[in-house]
Amino acid sequence: MLKLENICYSIDDNEILKNISLEIDERFVAITGPNGSGKSTLAKIIAGIIPATSGKIYFDGEDITDLSITERANKGISFAFQQPVRFKGITVKDLISLASGKKLSVTDACAYLSEVGLCARDYINREVNASLSGGELKRIEIAMINARGTRLSVFDEPEAGIDLWSFQNLIKVFEKMYERNKGSILIISHQERILDIADKIVVLKAGEIAQIGSKDEILPSLLCAEAGCRFTKGDE
Amino acid sequence: MDSIQKNLLEQISGLHEVPQGAYSLRINGSLYGKNSSENIEIVKKEDKPGIDIYVKAGTKKESVHIPVLLSESGLKELVYNDFHIGEDCDITIVAGCGIHNGGDEASEHSGVHSFFVGKNARLKYVEKHYGSGEGKGKRLMNPTTVIELEENAYMEMETAQIKGVDDTLRETRAKLADGATLIVGEKLMTHGEQYAETRFTVDLDGENSGAHVVSRSVAKDSSRQIFVSRVNGNNVCSGHTECDAIIMDSASVSAVPEIKANHTDAQLIHEAAIGKIAGEQLIKLMTLGLDEKQAEEEIINGFLR
Repeated sequence: MLKLENICYSIDDNEILKNISLEIDERFVAITGPNGSGKSTLAKIIAGIIPATSGKIYFDGEDITDLSITERANKGISFAFQQPVRFKGITVKDLISLASGKKLSVTDACAYLSEVGLCARDYINREVNASLSGGELKRIEIAMINARGTRLSVFDEPEAGIDLWSFQNLIKVFEKMYERNKGSILIISHQERILDIADKIVVLKAGEIAQIGSKDEILPSLLCAEAGCRFTKGDE
Repeated sequence: MDSIQKNLLEQISGLHEVPQGAYSLRINGSLYGKNSSENIEIVKKEDKPGIDIYVKAGTKKESVHIPVLLSESGLKELVYNDFHIGEDCDITIVAGCGIHNGGDEASEHSGVHSFFVGKNARLKYVEKHYGSGEGKGKRLMNPTTVIELEENAYMEMETAQIKGVDDTLRETRAKLADGATLIVGEKLMTHGEQYAETRFTVDLDGENSGAHVVSRSVAKDSSRQIFVSRVNGNNVCSGHTECDAIIMDSASVSAVPEIKANHTDAQLIHEAAIGKIAGEQLIKLMTLGLDEKQAEEEIINGFLR
């Protein structure tokens, strides 16, 4: 579905991404790695927000490298921001309607909110402004992706700001999203529980793919590395 | 009324026909029709153009419409409307002016609206301004609003000028007695070569009086806007004034919030922000499939809602 070919990105001689080649066809693909490894940059390149310095991107076989954000969105790529954007005067219902591409009834808009664990009636007419908490905004962001229902959905750290209680629900939301869209869901995450549902895990380090493989291949070594790190600290 | 006048009426008041109940409709410089109701009396002024509106004490859940329409090019008028709102009322007044100028001469409407709001009364005042027409003649509007709120009176004023007015000076002066509250929400959009100037002066004279003056505006093309808001705290009171503007193209916006405390227990706040549409807002809407122009429109429509 999505194919990245030798994607490079640099700012002022600083190489952020180096020759990333990757194919995404599975249900859930997780990209993980330390802070600053280029995960969010890669997600933004896929959505068209940042242009790659070099390399090609194909979506369903079509070269979309030079397409704009809007064109990619209309081809079927959705992107959930790590830090959701606030608007003055635009309501939750407005955004969900825009996301779905049609005028939604209150009932339909509410259904999307309920799915992400928000009491719909309390939120539907609220402005998407600073009066909403980070966690609330994150859930609305996910509801928008649900309303879009595209073939590829990219989430940049969806778990950030969502309390632990909702974690299991978040995973259920992703599973339901797959059932509905039958597309691919690409999630950038540090969370073991999210990595645990991935069919494929990509580990980025310093702008390069350090490891790639199935959950069973990658997850144990990641956890072991973390544990090792903790012990080293203790030994000192 | 012809179709142009009907369209103006709809734009400024949402009405399709002459309204029910108490109203006064002014078209092209003269009174087209007026109607008093049991509790609301509308009287034509004898000494100058305009009307006096008397609302009986205790009148609740009633509304008055006083639209003004100008569809002849080159017309100039100055109208005085005085509103006497009795004690304990709870009413809504919808005013507005629509100018259609299809000719080359300037059309101008200046209105002075004075509100005398009695003790414990609640008033919602809505005022919309709209201009249309392809003529070269300018469409000018200069509304002046004078407000006197008696003890514990509450007034909410919503003003909007979204389209088609070339030149405007909007002046509002208010005096508040003990316990009175004034809430003002202004929405303004200018485009082309338009110029809009807004001046608010609020005197918080009464103990525990309060005012909240908020302006949201969008300046497009090479239009210019000036917003001046002056809140004087002369007693134990609270005052807040805020100007939030989106600037586009080669427009210019100037915001001058001024607060003056003449009492140690006056709590006054001013805020002003001017900036272009945030890039991340555009990007977010573009990821939903909107192009840049559509995204911009959505952001502005929401902002001015």
